[in-house]
Amino acid sequence: MVVPIHHVIAIAAILFTIGVMGVLFRRNAIIVFMSVEIMLNAVNLAFVGFSRFHGNIDGQIFVFFIMTLAAAEVAVGLAIIISLFRNLSTTDISEINRLKY
Amino acid sequence: MTSILFYMFASLLIGSSLFVVLNRNPIYSVVMLVFAFANLAALYFLLEAYFIGILQILVYAGAIMVLFLFVVMLLNVGPDRARPQWAAMDRWWFGGMVGVVGLTLLALVTRGMGPLRSSAADIDDGFGEIAPLATDLFSRYLLPFETAALLLTVALIGTVFLAKRRI
Repeated sequence: MVVPIHHVIAIAAILFTIGVMGVLFRRNAIIVFMSVEIMLNAVNLAFVGFSRFHGNIDGQIFVFFIMTLAAAEVAVGLAIIISLFRNLSTTDISEINRLKY
Repeated sequence: MTSILFYMFASLLIGSSLFVVLNRNPIYSVVMLVFAFANLAALYFLLEAYFIGILQILVYAGAIMVLFLFVVMLLNVGPDRARPQWAAMDRWWFGGMVGVVGLTLLALVTRGMGPLRSSAADIDDGFGEIAPLATDLFSRYLLPFETAALLLTVALIGTVFLAKRRI
């Protein structure tokens, strides 16, 4: 493996920034959710990179748990989006503002 | 050769993630996110995390993204219409600030990494395959492992409760 570690971390940071921009700019709740997934995966990439460069398996075990968590989170989040759509018939987060008033 | 492959997959990953965020049709976004996750799995393989790479394809590109695709098609979400709110300046302000902060962090990380070990450590045979991961998972990490199982059960029940119209 000849790739230096800061390139791995740089890729993870770029990916995380892309995810943050998606959360801030998009108004469709599903796309916002997908951007959160991108951020989670950026963190996973950093974990795997460090695991490889320190020769320590613990980072990969952490990634395993993050994936489990992400699966649970996606299932619950999409159920929330479905029930929101059922009540308000929109997935536009700028129209979902009932807690605001 | 490995590094050429690494940079190729990394640029594909970043390009397709950008496409996910910038595209206005949710279906295209989902499909491109599947592609991005496949590229990420390739990066995991190149970093010698074979089991994690396979999990990435099975769990993320398989199960999670199919769920996303189902929901997008079920709700019949079309492309974003005109974007009146995109012109809201405070959003661009905030986003721009986050972008600048992120890139500054990036620059700091890439410049200040000198003292960190930049060449990879020596690894044993079978690093990142199932056997060493499973050994740790069922000895040192047994309690978190069982807690994750409990969490999945709770998520399953919660999902049914939330999505079902009448229980």
